[in-house]
Amino acid sequence: MTASILTVDDSPSLRMAIKIALTGAGYSVTEAGDGVEGLAKAKGTKFDLIITDLNMPNMDGLTMIRELRKDPAQCGTPILFLTTESDDAMKQQAKAAGATGWLVKPFVPEQLLKVSRKVLGR
Amino acid sequence: MSGGDPIAAFRVEAGDLLDQVEQGLLDLTHRLEDRDLIDAVFRGLHTLKGSGAMFGFDALASFTHHCETAFDRVRKGLAPATQGLVAVILSAKDHMRALVDGDGTGLEAAGATILEALQREVDAAAGAPVAAPSAPVRKGWRLSFFLPPESMANGTNPLMLLDELRDLGECTIVARTEKVPALADLNPVECHVGWDVELIGDISRDDIDDVFLFVMDDMELTVEEIGGAPEAPAEVVDAPAAAAAAAPDAAGPARAAAKTGESVRVPAERLDELMDRVGELVIVHSRLSQLANGSGGDMVLRSISEEIERLVSELRDTMMVLRMVPVATLFGRFRRLIHDLARETGKAIELSTEGETTEVDKTVIERLADPMVHLIRNACDHGLEPEDERVAAGKPATGHVRLSAHQAGGEVLITIQDDGRGINRERVRAKAESQGLIQPGQQVSDSELLQMIFHPGFSTAAAVTNLSGRGVGMDVVKRTIESLRGAIDITSTPGEGSTVVLRIPLTLAIIDGLLVRVGEGRYVIPLAAVEECLELSLEEDLRSRGRSFITLRDRLVPFLRLREMFETGTKPDPHQKIVVIATGAERVGLVVDQIIGSHQTVIKSMSPLHQDVATFAGATILGDGGVALILDVVQLVLAGQHQEERLRAVG
Repeated sequence: MTASILTVDDSPSLRMAIKIALTGAGYSVTEAGDGVEGLAKAKGTKFDLIITDLNMPNMDGLTMIRELRKDPAQCGTPILFLTTESDDAMKQQAKAAGATGWLVKPFVPEQLLKVSRKVLGR
Repeated sequence: MSGGDPIAAFRVEAGDLLDQVEQGLLDLTHRLEDRDLIDAVFRGLHTLKGSGAMFGFDALASFTHHCETAFDRVRKGLAPATQGLVAVILSAKDHMRALVDGDGTGLEAAGATILEALQREVDAAAGAPVAAPSAPVRKGWRLSFFLPPESMANGTNPLMLLDELRDLGECTIVARTEKVPALADLNPVECHVGWDVELIGDISRDDIDDVFLFVMDDMELTVEEIGGAPEAPAEVVDAPAAAAAAAPDAAGPARAAAKTGESVRVPAERLDELMDRVGELVIVHSRLSQLANGSGGDMVLRSISEEIERLVSELRDTMMVLRMVPVATLFGRFRRLIHDLARETGKAIELSTEGETTEVDKTVIERLADPMVHLIRNACDHGLEPEDERVAAGKPATGHVRLSAHQAGGEVLITIQDDGRGINRERVRAKAESQGLIQPGQQVSDSELLQMIFHPGFSTAAAVTNLSGRGVGMDVVKRTIESLRGAIDITSTPGEGSTVVLRIPLTLAIIDGLLVRVGEGRYVIPLAAVEECLELSLEEDLRSRGRSFITLRDRLVPFLRLREMFETGTKPDPHQKIVVIATGAERVGLVVDQIIGSHQTVIKSMSPLHQDVATFAGATILGDGGVALILDVVQLVLAGQHQEERLRAVG
């Protein structure tokens, strides 16, 4: 089975870049434009990995991660967040919210794939 | 494996390249002067180095680079190719395969030893002084860690972290459970287990930190370095070669497809998935056909059902062909085996193959590899005589092993033939008598006597060698072949050699079966085994009471009453039928209550719980959703014989 990945980001171009990199590696990718949409899509399907931006309109990444972790169905689902700030405070907040790991922007596709493989194990 | 993964694609390509290099090297052992072969091997190494570096296989690239440099001297004529050199490069090739399959960590020591051996061979060949080897150093790390309890709920899978550590190098992992709370206090989504890990290899601290990247801040982790005690390098060189010779090559079948014109690589598991679907389609169709042919079925439905039947059976046939791979992939591996065996035994052995294009189901090929290794080892070790003995007997000095394959009906016949001394029947007989398999002086047919060698623990080899003679193996061969629903024939002429023929059915997934009813249960008899069906008339039934034989065209045929064997507790049908089946040379009748008809049987294996039920080969789902067990006729007849003997012993 190919792993299914949900990517949540308000920037269409970044979503596109992520999608191209991940589908190129054989993963199936679902997109969402903000936290609200991401949460709704994650409720419907069980994803193997969720990759989300933190700064987004409507609902930001931190809130979405907290909401996701409240759902028992999402227990153990790896969640990666993207962050431009390499500051520790944001990282700690996101981890406290329940994120699995992070990826510092800007990143090259190889980094994205490496980290995805790391948390997916495939 | 994901379809578009360039790394996976590289691994497949590298496997092909290494195969070419190996075949080239093996040819080179016969024609050491052949410049074309030397160039071909060099090109293979060169390509491997280039693409290895591109895909991040740095260890592979640098190792291959050294081999290439050494081999370059041969190519430029600075040093001649020698048997020793070819052997070292073969072991180097095995090491490269290990580097391709893994990520290259933990293999440096073996690599260094091979490179030294290589350097020595090249220097020796060129007449240069031999460099003394330096002992490699055993280095590594000892870690101990506990993850934060909530990490598992937050998406960190500790098993994957352990896998990543394993990928770094040789790894010993011990779990620590002292922090796991009592069951009442245990929150199942929390991780309280810790691990002690010993990692051996040239691994940097950064690599370890990378593994724990996301959990580093909150976890308990202690890391200490293990010092460098030198290690004896002696046996390392041969280890990869032996491993490669013994281990069946998983990439084999996929590779064959690449050689035949234009082709598409498909992961084997997708084919299996497709096969499952076809199997389910066959089952659903048989439901449809039952409905259409039932009492209320109308003409239109029936014609549609027939149309679908045609399509399904065509689909099934196409599917079967897709799963077929030529036996060349199997035979190809034995060239290397023969090469190694010749070196180990000191005999000159020549291998010829025939009918490599014969195609067999992929799963069959994979499972045939091990038994064939055993048979070939036996042929080379026991069968073929040492050179002087051969010459004394007026035979060519070089022993000959011939592998051939051809298709006959629904079976594939694979023949392993040697021109050695043949099987010593007196020795087999003496051994069989000493093991109590036959009584002294008991009459046994020649083929029965030869079949004795497949008994567990049976070996007539006077000396146990590294290769064979331990008496394990031949019984495993027989069991494997039987599990493939195949059979082994063996013939042998003293002084001229032995021939072993493996008869294997073409496929394992779907068979044509005869559906019968015994009591209230339905059973499938593989149609290939069925010779004929006849009625057991009442008077014959009465007449044969007590001695289960019928006369069939002037020959006595024993029969088994399945109703009694299965203890159905039902009354026999007034018109019982006998299905005559052939098992080997014997014919046996099975008495059933009703013959329902032929049935395309999709074999579903039974649960592990039922694995020791030998008389059934599996189960299948019938059109009406019911389950029918598939009879394993060979085992069934054996069981029947035992039952008979017990009854005779009792009364």
